[in-house]
Amino acid sequence: MQTFYSDLLVIGAGLAGERVAVEAAENGFNVICLSIVPARRSHSSAAQGGMQAALGNCAMGEGDNSDVHFGDTVKGSDWGCDQEVARLFADAAPIEMRRLAHWGVPWNRVVPGQSFYFKGGQKFEKYEKPEKEGLITARAFGGTAKWRTCYTSDGTGHAVMCTMDNRCAELGINVVDRKEAIALLHDGETCMGAVVRCLRTGKLETYLAKATAICTGGFGRIYKATTNAVICDGGGHIAALDTGLVPLGNPEAIQFHPTGIVPTDILVTEGCRGDGGTLLDVNEERFMHIYEPDKAELASRDVVSRWMTHHMREGKGVKSSYGEHLWLDIRHLGDHHISTKLREVDEICHHFLGVDPRTELIPVRPTQHYTMAGIRTNKDGAAYGLKGLFSAGEAACWDMHGFNRLGGNSLAETVVAGGIIGAKIVEFLMGYETRFKTEVITQQCKAQEQRIKDLISGKNGNENVYDVRNDMQEALMKGCFVFRNGPDLEETVQTLEKALERSARVGLHSDGAGANHELAAALKIRGQVKLALCIATAALTRTESRGSHNREDFPERNDRDWLTRTLAYWPDDNASKPDLKYEDSSQIFEIPPGDRGYGGGSIIPADEEMVAERTVKKQ
Amino acid sequence: MGRELQFEIFRYNPQTPEVEPRMQTYTLEETPNMTLFIALNRIREEQDPSLIFDFCCRAGICGACAMVINGRPGLACQTKTKDQSGTITLHPLPVYKLIGDLSVDTGVWFREMYEKTESWIHTSKAFDPAKPEERMDNKTAEEIYELERCIECGCCVAACGTARLRDDFLGAVALNRIARFHVDPRDERSDAQFFELVGNDAGVFGCMGLLACEDVCPKNLPLQNQLGFLRRKMGITAIKQLFRR
Repeated sequence: MQTFYSDLLVIGAGLAGERVAVEAAENGFNVICLSIVPARRSHSSAAQGGMQAALGNCAMGEGDNSDVHFGDTVKGSDWGCDQEVARLFADAAPIEMRRLAHWGVPWNRVVPGQSFYFKGGQKFEKYEKPEKEGLITARAFGGTAKWRTCYTSDGTGHAVMCTMDNRCAELGINVVDRKEAIALLHDGETCMGAVVRCLRTGKLETYLAKATAICTGGFGRIYKATTNAVICDGGGHIAALDTGLVPLGNPEAIQFHPTGIVPTDILVTEGCRGDGGTLLDVNEERFMHIYEPDKAELASRDVVSRWMTHHMREGKGVKSSYGEHLWLDIRHLGDHHISTKLREVDEICHHFLGVDPRTELIPVRPTQHYTMAGIRTNKDGAAYGLKGLFSAGEAACWDMHGFNRLGGNSLAETVVAGGIIGAKIVEFLMGYETRFKTEVITQQCKAQEQRIKDLISGKNGNENVYDVRNDMQEALMKGCFVFRNGPDLEETVQTLEKALERSARVGLHSDGAGANHELAAALKIRGQVKLALCIATAALTRTESRGSHNREDFPERNDRDWLTRTLAYWPDDNASKPDLKYEDSSQIFEIPPGDRGYGGGSIIPADEEMVAERTVKKQ
Repeated sequence: MGRELQFEIFRYNPQTPEVEPRMQTYTLEETPNMTLFIALNRIREEQDPSLIFDFCCRAGICGACAMVINGRPGLACQTKTKDQSGTITLHPLPVYKLIGDLSVDTGVWFREMYEKTESWIHTSKAFDPAKPEERMDNKTAEEIYELERCIECGCCVAACGTARLRDDFLGAVALNRIARFHVDPRDERSDAQFFELVGNDAGVFGCMGLLACEDVCPKNLPLQNQLGFLRRKMGITAIKQLFRR
């Protein structure tokens, strides 16, 4: 088995992973980045909308600053986030956007003078100041008080990903594609790297490193309907959870995006609504303003998804052979706007729906989109449970998103957190020496080799991996979607427990040779079902509604009992359920728990004394 | 009942060289809005789990699923079966190294291209976190983005006559990359420096002008315009250098 050494091993070469790698490489450390696909194909590149940072350059962003951004983020999280982390993020975001500009991102810039914009289907006028000409501009996104989302047309993720990957090439960082980490190497205390399957040859390799960072994005693919790329399948989370030591933070916090197209669940950007697109029902009438008079289409994603589902339940959905949906209307934005600022949307409509959004409506419905859930880290990005293990980006529960992430905060998080956590990893690596225990490594590599042999030979059984996956995906759609309730969640847990049993009996129906996909799927199915069980059991246990976690049988946000973060551990492979532990959401409050200002629902207040004790003023 | 589609798929796994390259036939019933993404995944999950192909975003944004579809390079995810005849023939992209069946190694090829074109901003300025960003005209930003929309699917290279004849030809994608940095005011490289990178037969002067690159580009990038522009620039640069000698 080939072995590779580095100071830092980054698993995942999307924006978070590459930003971490850049920080370490700039400080003289040797870095290897592993990626399932060529780095630029990472799911980061699919983000169309933009990155939030309080630059306050454009007319509608005037008066914006990191305090306002911080406030929006905390409210958006439904007070589920760690406020220290949200503060670190909001303060660093503007600097990071400027840094990206320096590295080559072609941000859209302020064009002075009069121009028009749409809100709620109506046309308004704005005036951009001449003294701001050429500075980075911004657009509106849901849940924000100011226009704060920096963008490059509607290919922000793509453009930033290109720039970041260029920066990696410039620094000579070894970004190795078609490599999949299947297990972490550790001795119960320290992480030493990973066992990796080469997706060119199928051979196993060992990557040893002083520090390892998991930056593998979300795991939406365990849901049937998701906007996520096919590579967002939880590989990094599974490797961490399988150690038995590293917990998953807030697994029940899964975000649904209001505008996945029907039937393929491809995302059309929130920029559509930010730029003035409206949601229409079966009668082609607007409805969001009935439920949310103030924010309407621009309430946060959990709120819009919920009202859409509610409206469809009221019989106002459009019936189709793929189930019910609603309409997104961007016709009034006009040809120029659609063919420049919303071109990806235009292309998606054309290629996947055969619809011209200039003259026709776009069929949409809520779809799984983002995992606020993730590898639990502290504010330095260090994973709980193992020394030398870090995580950043969507893969992590660093926890600036709490129970609902705001649009434009995820892409921003990748680079901002990547920078902050990269710097913390550099601190960790400075003067750090370690020993690689060869006995542990040999043993763990052999165990992985045996797993593969058993799957190929059918020693455990001949369950079809795709059937098990299908059962898991359907179960999550039924019990862990936009609305949740006790009986459905219990049924989901039971179904998933059966799927877990079956996952132990999976055997390949092909020879498993080379870049075989069935083997890749079989290697992770058990871990995926474990992730699903973490979601379902944590959702069943959390008897309140907060952000995207919405219990029909417990409609209140219960700060008295649930101002907490779930930590889900998988104690050993034979367990049938995770161990759930809890910690306080935030050690300090810059903004004490309060009303979000949208989304309705009542709140059971937290203990006043506790809140007063933890409330701090910003220095 | 939908049509019964027949898929003729190229099969070869370099890890099992004893099994010779061949074409294999699969049949599948067509469903509404079926794309090759849906079809190929169904074939793999229901009929033949050994089939190797790549998809990633499945939404036409990442470029992973480029293959030769009925003789023409394109993205499988955005190819609707209803636009094809009842028989769909699929081959891997040429030029790139084969990983297996329909999957090719674009990653290594593109990494080499970045290094040859030095695909990053060359600037003598240092970043100052305390200062506001350097200003840029929005039009310039949009022009840069226009050229940065390339998704590196590899279709243009696979369709290129020169790339099929000579291994060292950089291809439209690399020339487009150079053009992207050429229009970017942040990049301080001179025409003479760009000439060093692409002013030869492996670069701008190798193109035979067959125009297939632009025909097959799924992002409709203005590849020929960029080539023409660069050729003129590089031609002038070459003449200037002649006189300087």
